[in-house]
Order: sequence, then C-alpha cells, then structure tokens
Amino acid sequence: MSDEKEKTYLFDRPENVERLLKGFYAICILLVLADFVLHRHIGFDWEKIPAFYAIYGFVACVLLVVIAKKMRNIVMRKEDYYDE
Amino acid sequence: MSELAPFLLYFAAALLVALTRGLPRQVILLVTPVVTGLYLWLGIEPGTHVTFTVMSYELTLLRADKLSLLFGYLFCIASFIAGIFSLHVKDVKQHIAGVVYAGSALGAVFAGDLITLFIFWELLAISSVFLIWARGTERALKAGMRYLVFQVLSGVLLLAGALVYYHNTGSLTFDHIGLDAGVAGWLILIAFGIKSAFPFLHSWLTDGYPEATVTGTVFLSAFTTKVAVYALARGFAGEEILVYIGVTMACFPIFYAVIENDLRKVLAYSLINQVGFMVTGIGIGTALALNGAVAHAFSDVIFKGLLFMSMGAVLYRVGNINGSDLGGLYKSMPKTTMLCIVGALSISAFPLFSGFVSKSMVMTALMQEDYGYFWLLMLFASAGVFHHAGIKIPYFAFFAHDSGIRTEEAPRNMLVAMSVAAVLCIFIGTQPQYLYALLPWEVAYWPYDMTHVLAQLQLLFFSALAFVWLNKKGLYPPELPSVNLDMEWFYRRLVPVGVQRSLNLLRSAKGATLTRATAQMQGVQTEFGKSPMAKYYLSESWPTGSMVFWISAILAAFILLDIFGLGH
Repeated sequence: MSDEKEKTYLFDRPENVERLLKGFYAICILLVLADFVLHRHIGFDWEKIPAFYAIYGFVACVLLVVIAKKMRNIVMRKEDYYDE
Repeated sequence: MSELAPFLLYFAAALLVALTRGLPRQVILLVTPVVTGLYLWLGIEPGTHVTFTVMSYELTLLRADKLSLLFGYLFCIASFIAGIFSLHVKDVKQHIAGVVYAGSALGAVFAGDLITLFIFWELLAISSVFLIWARGTERALKAGMRYLVFQVLSGVLLLAGALVYYHNTGSLTFDHIGLDAGVAGWLILIAFGIKSAFPFLHSWLTDGYPEATVTGTVFLSAFTTKVAVYALARGFAGEEILVYIGVTMACFPIFYAVIENDLRKVLAYSLINQVGFMVTGIGIGTALALNGAVAHAFSDVIFKGLLFMSMGAVLYRVGNINGSDLGGLYKSMPKTTMLCIVGALSISAFPLFSGFVSKSMVMTALMQEDYGYFWLLMLFASAGVFHHAGIKIPYFAFFAHDSGIRTEEAPRNMLVAMSVAAVLCIFIGTQPQYLYALLPWEVAYWPYDMTHVLAQLQLLFFSALAFVWLNKKGLYPPELPSVNLDMEWFYRRLVPVGVQRSLNLLRSAKGATLTRATAQMQGVQTEFGKSPMAKYYLSESWPTGSMVFWISAILAAFILLDIFGLGH
C-alpha cells in the first residue's frame, strides 16, 4: 500500500488537463465563429445579437455564482445547526 | 384481458417479496416491472375503463388513455432500474416499501376518479416514508416524520377538495378540474402542488430525499413528483398561474444547488428545477407544451435516477456524499464516473442526450406563445442546470482536488442499473421518434435543427467556460460543510424556538408576577405593622396551631353546653 505503487492517473499530469482545456477553448471559439457563418432562426429580437446564447450562458452562470455566494452570508449555518 | 388494474400485480409482488428470500425474491423484483410493462404495452388499449363498486360507490380503478399509459410505462421502467440497483439490499422492508410505492404510483396514474386517486395518493406517502426511515439514523427518522406530515397534509387537502368538488358538480370523475372550480379547484391544486414541490411547499423534498437510504432515494426521485406532474397535466392544463409557479421552481433552486454541500441534496434541488420545466409546460397548455411537459417527466425520471444512482454508489462505497470531502474518485470508480457523466449530459440537455429532446419542446412552446421574459428566465435556468448538475456533481465527486479516498468500483448490480439508464438516456436522445410516438397530444415536432443545436451548444459550452473561468480565478464558492436555511427553517427552527421562547417568556412572567405580588403583600404588612391597628391583639398573625387549639376549645364548650342541656 505504499505511495510509490499507485499509478499515475489521467488528470494527475498537468499537461493532460492543459490539453483538455485547450480543446475546450477551441470548441468555444468555433461555436462563436459558427454563429457568423450559419443562419439561426430568430424567434425573439434579442436572438439577433451575435453569439447571443454564448454571451447569455456565460453571463448567466457568472451571475448565478456571484449571487449564490452572496446568499451564503444570509442562509449558511453550521452543519449541526438544526441538531442543537 | 384488460380487466386487471396494473397496481394489483405490484401489490401481489409485494406480498411475495415479503415471503421469499435470496434469489426468488430477486427474481420477483425484476420480473414484476417487466411483466407489468408488457401487460400495459400489449394488454391495455387506450380507452379501457374498469370500475369496481364498493358500498354503492363506483371506483374507477383503471382508466387508460395515452397520458396514463405513458406514465405507466415510465413507472415500470423506473422500478425495473431501481429494482436492479437495490438487488444487493437484504432489508426486506425496503423492498416491500419500494414495490408498494411503485404500485401506488401506477394506481394513481390509472385512477379515474378522485377518491381512488386519494387512496393511492396516501399509499404513496405511507409506503415511501419507509425508504427514508430505513436509513436508521435519528436524522432520517425525524426527516421522515416531517416528510410524512407534508405528504399526509397533501392527501387531506385532496380529499377535502374532492368532497367540495362533488358537492358543487355532483361528479368525482378525475378529468380537467381547473381553477374555475373555485375552492375545490384551489384545494386540489395545492394538494398537487405539495407533491410536485411548488415553491414554499418544497422543503419536504430537499429535507427528506437526502436522508433516505442509498437505494431509497432512487425510488423516491422517480415517483412522487411525477405522479403529481401527471395529476397537474390532467387536472390543470393551461392554468396560467402554473407558468409563474413553474418558472419560479426552475430558477430559485439553482442558487441553493450551487452552494449546497450534500451532493444528493444538490440533486434534490435540481429535481425541483426540472419539475419547474414540466409545470411551466402544463401552464402554457398548448399541445406542444403539454407533450414537452410529460416527455420531460419521462426523460427526467431516467436521467435523475441515473444521477441519484451514481451518487448513491459513491455514498455506498465511501460512506459520505459531501462535496467538501470527496474528489478524485474517478481513479477508483471510473465506470461510475462515466455513467454519471452521461446522466449529467442528459440533464443539461446536451444534443444527443434525452434532456435535449424533451426540454426543447417546453422552450419552443414558450417562444410560440410569446412569453419573452419567461423564456429568458428559463434559458437562465437551463444554463444553471448545466452549472450545478452537469458540472458540479461529477466535478466535485469524481475530479476536483484528489481527496485521497481510494475505494472500489460500484457493485455489479449498481453498474448494470446505471448502464440501463444511461443507454436509455442516449437512446431517447438519439431516437426521439419512439418517445414522441407515445406522447398524448398530436403535434409534429422535431428537435434536431441547426438553430436548436447551435444555440444549445453555445449556451452549454459558455456556461462551462464560466465555470472554468470562475474556478481559475478562485471565485467559485468552495464546498463547505454547512447547512443552508430554506423553507424548513420555519418549522424546524422558527416554530420550535418560538414556542420555546414563548414558554420561557411565560415562565419568567409568572416568576416576576409572583415575586412582585409577594413583595406587595410584604409591603402591605409592613405598612400595617406601623399603623396603630397593629397594636391590637387580634391583628397579630397567629400560628395555625393556636387557631386549631381555640377552635377545639370552642367546640368543647358547645359540647359541654349541649350535654348539660343549657342551650335549650
């Protein structure tokens, strides 16, 4: 059971994480570029904004996390709060 | 052939499960859903109507149409998968509870009148609570009790609503009710609302589900809320208030999900979020929206079951499901990791996975009916789902920082159950025509066009980008051992503490009054002592003994007088 015996796993190598992230960024860029090449049907006016969904997804998630973090100030209690 | 109500097969199986052990019991657990499913598929035509008269009242035990059959198939699939997942469990009462619970769900969706519905509504409550209690901890015991109070309350409201409805209309048939039915409509809506976890009525779910056993939560996630969704779709389709409620349900839980530490509780919040999409679809009420709502219920049971199973497997192996203590489990549970990711992609509505083909119907219906701002909010909720269920669950359990925990892969039966669910997620996602053919309302819809796929991919990838960015910047809230206040605070804290405080207040008020009264009395006595009256002998305070002595003396005197006849 010594540490030497444990094999190195996929994400133990930083270069693999790096590779994964690079691939991910590349897809993100391609998706935005696709918005300028391909034509989307438009249902609502705001969908006309280039890369609307990309911008919305990013902003929505950042807002979500920022607000949720603020919420912790109000709602977070110790784990045994109800057991006292 | 179709005279037999499907729930009877389950109830008979529950009896057999109680009487058998080992392999025969396992066979019964697996064969029951398969046989019942085949019976529904081959033996029951839409339009079947079977009644049963008891005490001159006619109960409709089996009313089959495309809507109830769809949920019937779904519940057979769900109990089959959950059955495989719990095959290793030795505890017989969990198995009985699971089978009765699934059977009650079938009974409820095939119920043709409100009284039959009420009976199964309560059976759902009573059978399911054992799946929480079976955990055996004191927390589970208390949480189960709170869960049961909510469930039974829902049943009582349903019965009250049904009686008022009967009084007003002279009928107990369970068809469209609507809010035009007045008080009856509202009572029944609230009854359904409790079971489908409407905002402010939802805390039984986030409080109870995470306390259930490893396998119990998988059962729980499949039935109660989906029966309620079915009931709403039948009774309240097109009620606009449901759009407002549904959008709220889709949005508020995601904030809690982001900061919640117990990963099964994160899934409980995301369950409410998904039911929000269904409730919204029912509220819109067009054929496309209703189809979307029930189709989403169908995919949700499978992918949410898959996610609960993967977290259950982690809990089973590690004995802990707090995000703050996990991480790096992909090293020891690679298969569970992969299967969890399939569930995560499905709930996030990735193209080619089941969530995509059902959720997009609700989104398209919102657009068609011109609910602009609600559409934006639901898009926000969609991004949020990916954030907390799609990324957070797999990331904090299986990746993140290596917690150093080394364990075994999930047991084989669990892997098989998760694989069945995962295959179904991908099958529904890639071959949606089979699910669409089962949908109750006639409408032509196809999810895969360039606009949808591109829009959804942009939304999801950039939500993921936000996660990566926030993590790299160190802005992502760390998983912390904590509990977050939600609606249950009102009855777990405010009321008990309020009652305690009131009692303390009354007690101290009593003490203060007594002290004050005693002081007053003493003050009066002291004042009296100073007055000239105090000098008289009679104004002094006498000991009780002297009083007894003098009364005896007076009595003796009377007796003496009487004896000697002096009184006459």
